Amino acid sequence: MSSSAASQGRVSALGLLLNNRLATAGLVVLVTILLLALIAPLLPLLDPNATSPANRLLPPLSDGHLLGTDALGRDLLSRLLHGARVSIAVGVSATLIAAFFGSLIGLLSGYARGWADSLMMRGIDMLMAFPYILLALAIVAVLGPGLINALYAIALINIPFFARNIRGVTLGLARREFIDAARLSGKSRAAILFTEILPNVLPIIVITMSTTIGWMILETAGLSFLGLGAQPPQADLGSMLGDGRSVLFNAPHVAIIPGVLIFLLVMSINLLGDGIRDVLDPRLKSGALARPMARTAVERESVPEKPATAKDAVLSLSGLRTAFGLGQRQIEAISGIDLHIGRQECLGLVGESGSGKSITAMSIMGLVPTPPGRIVGGSIYFQGEDLLEANDRRIRELRGGPVSHVFQDPLTTLHPLFTVGDQLVEAIRAHQPLRRPQAEKKAEELLELVRIPNPRRRLQAYPHELSGGMRQRVCIAMALANDAELIIADEPTTALDVTVQAQILMLMNKLRHEKETSILFITHDFGVISALSDRVAVMYAGQIVESGPTKEVLESPAHPYTRKLIDCVPVLGQGDRQLDAIEGGPPATGERPPGCAFAPRCAFARDACKRGEIALQPLDAEREVRCLFPLDVKREALVHA
Amino acid sequence: MAAYILKRLLALVPVLLGLTLIVFLIMAAIPGDPATAILGSYATPENVERLNQQLGLNRPLPEQYLLWLGNLLEGDFGRSYSLNRPVLDEVLERFSATLILAGSALILASIFGLLAGIVSAVRQFGWTDRIVTFFVLIGLSTPSFFLGLLLILVFAVNLGLLPASGMYAIYGGGDLPDLLRHLLLPAVTLAVVATGVIARLTRTAMLEVLRQDYIRTARAKGLSERRVVYLHAAKAALVAVVPVIGIQAGFVLGGAVYIETVFQWPGIGAMLVKAISTRDILLVQGGVLVVAASYVLFNLAADVAQSSLDPRLRR
Repeated sequence: MSSSAASQGRVSALGLLLNNRLATAGLVVLVTILLLALIAPLLPLLDPNATSPANRLLPPLSDGHLLGTDALGRDLLSRLLHGARVSIAVGVSATLIAAFFGSLIGLLSGYARGWADSLMMRGIDMLMAFPYILLALAIVAVLGPGLINALYAIALINIPFFARNIRGVTLGLARREFIDAARLSGKSRAAILFTEILPNVLPIIVITMSTTIGWMILETAGLSFLGLGAQPPQADLGSMLGDGRSVLFNAPHVAIIPGVLIFLLVMSINLLGDGIRDVLDPRLKSGALARPMARTAVERESVPEKPATAKDAVLSLSGLRTAFGLGQRQIEAISGIDLHIGRQECLGLVGESGSGKSITAMSIMGLVPTPPGRIVGGSIYFQGEDLLEANDRRIRELRGGPVSHVFQDPLTTLHPLFTVGDQLVEAIRAHQPLRRPQAEKKAEELLELVRIPNPRRRLQAYPHELSGGMRQRVCIAMALANDAELIIADEPTTALDVTVQAQILMLMNKLRHEKETSILFITHDFGVISALSDRVAVMYAGQIVESGPTKEVLESPAHPYTRKLIDCVPVLGQGDRQLDAIEGGPPATGERPPGCAFAPRCAFARDACKRGEIALQPLDAEREVRCLFPLDVKREALVHA
Repeated sequence: MAAYILKRLLALVPVLLGLTLIVFLIMAAIPGDPATAILGSYATPENVERLNQQLGLNRPLPEQYLLWLGNLLEGDFGRSYSLNRPVLDEVLERFSATLILAGSALILASIFGLLAGIVSAVRQFGWTDRIVTFFVLIGLSTPSFFLGLLLILVFAVNLGLLPASGMYAIYGGGDLPDLLRHLLLPAVTLAVVATGVIARLTRTAMLEVLRQDYIRTARAKGLSERRVVYLHAAKAALVAVVPVIGIQAGFVLGGAVYIETVFQWPGIGAMLVKAISTRDILLVQGGVLVVAASYVLFNLAADVAQSSLDPRLRR
């Protein structure tokens, strides 16, 4: 059963490899050369070493000599195929020797650890301190020129490469549970090494071989070219090229023919090696890491009308849909988001991870990476201006100016190679026509504003020299640098510890009143929301399921999901209260079931919940809920009235 | 920074000692009588005896090593029997020619590799990217000694634009333009593989960096795309590429062996090849040591450059 699964895997891997056109071409060329070299003695070729002074330096396509002859009148085609045999045989043998000894050292070293490991690795480091081919020259100098000696030399200098790779993998494996299990079952160390670890390391050895064999062929050819490898009358491709060099000016084909074959051989091996690596480790594939564009692509089928809220609101989203292309499939991460934020208002956007809240936030200023993301529907208005129709230059003016961002993890969101001061000054000068000294003065004031002690000195600091809380203060300072009217804060406190969280929240709350900014505050934590936001919108599976004034939603949630989220928040002084985790998980992005997406996890779900599209319905003037059977909010609302 | 450099310089001492040990061990593995190997088969018995005394070849290995190391430290690398001059003089003279060749090749490779890699990442999947990727593949698969021959054939023989060999013209040469004319073909040949490796790595590093959060931050600040790519992303990518340039220094120094032979460049690589065929062991020993030591210094320079780019590494 498991073997059939494995063989299926292998078939599909080969299929993948053949899908890669370049790798296939490499495979075809390589197999052709290998076959020709293999059957060379069976082919009706002339004796590769038979000299014929009368026929010297015949050009290609001469009678009886398809590729012509060399300076001694020997048939080039015959010499080429016999030479290729020698080159390939030497390359393969050198690879096998290097792989055997290198892997052995790597296995022992990685498994032994301790002093034996460090001793072996120091030795390997020393070998690697030599320029690659130089050590081979020293070895050939000692052993004397000759093909076998060149083979040893090339094999030896490649041992460190194998040893290092295999040691790394072994080290990782030796810590895994199944090795512990084998040890406890009483297996000897040698048995563990060769029956448990080796089979797992073998694929890595094979990959390393496939990437090194090309070099080995090239380097042995090089030594032969220098006259240090194959000695006459024996010939490999390198020594043929060396022979051709002396008649380069009057008969270039003698050098070009073996040169082209070496090139084809190495290139086909490289292509195939790249293809194998891509199949085995798709993430490394040269093209897989797509470069994100400067702005999210907008591909709407139709441009919706301007919503009523767009007139007064600072920000107004309507029917916003953002999707990700995954192969041929398009997966909608958010489907029809309606939001609006008034002047000086703080809207909290709450939801579990994967609910689409960050995608919503990043869509506003076009910061969702394209590829794979794109906005496929809806509209975004900022102060009455249609952002999806705005040109790139306008978006750049808005970014960091009227609309600024604070992101989650300040360690990864600040550039590690620039000082805090440089990054602040850059943010200021991108939007204000200030000279550097003035901008620095302003940067200092900003750091003071976010309560960073000793701001002048902190400007010289690099992000990694600051604590997490300090870094986030810097990010907030940067968001305030150009008097933003809207700050989009994407989980700004999530990466911080609790006491620092509280400080940052207080700071943001204070600054928003001082600076009269609106905030879109994204979090998964209702506890954080209550501290800051005026209104709250709850997201689930790419949709808003409930929205309303924070206080009302907190006190009497209408959607069962909101209820569950609120119950997740621990309350100080109520340690014995049972924290209610929500059972199950949200549907995978793009796999929203029909009806209510929360129905599968909802205790109150009925049949009607699993059918059709459920709309966001107003509960009262300020509240909306996407639920057919909202919790008894009306009663509570009446009580409040 | 100064403290960092000093620390790295001190850390070089064991590495350099290791290099001498390996070279010594390789030389100690010479089959047969080492004195005869060093002096050649026509050496007189007296000379063999004198060398045995001088190098302590009849003493135990550790003692031999220390004696040899002591001589090295005094600048005594022995005498080349085939050239009949001190090894160190010959090696240093040749090394300057190699340094000019390898240094220019490395500079060419760094400039073009970085540019090609960045442009190809920025224009990912576009025509520029495809062309760069194609040439990188060709470059990585072409044996440099073959490429050298082809370039000679085209530019020296057929077009007659550039000299085919040597470092200076025999008549009326010797000035800088003359040197550059002679340098161009071998330096380009030597640079091709390193350019390919650097370009490939730069492209991957750029694509990796462009997905980082701090690039999103840079965009969220409203910076121009040019500033985002060529300042924020390229600087971060450079940190990943610089050590590779250091490693490429080793491949360039090693590859110089072929290129110097093809272009008859009077460098240390051509000297080594000749010394091996004449079995001039001490000359090989001296040459290998000097080139290996210079490689170690190249790597140190790369480390220092990397840590001057990345403050997190300065410790």
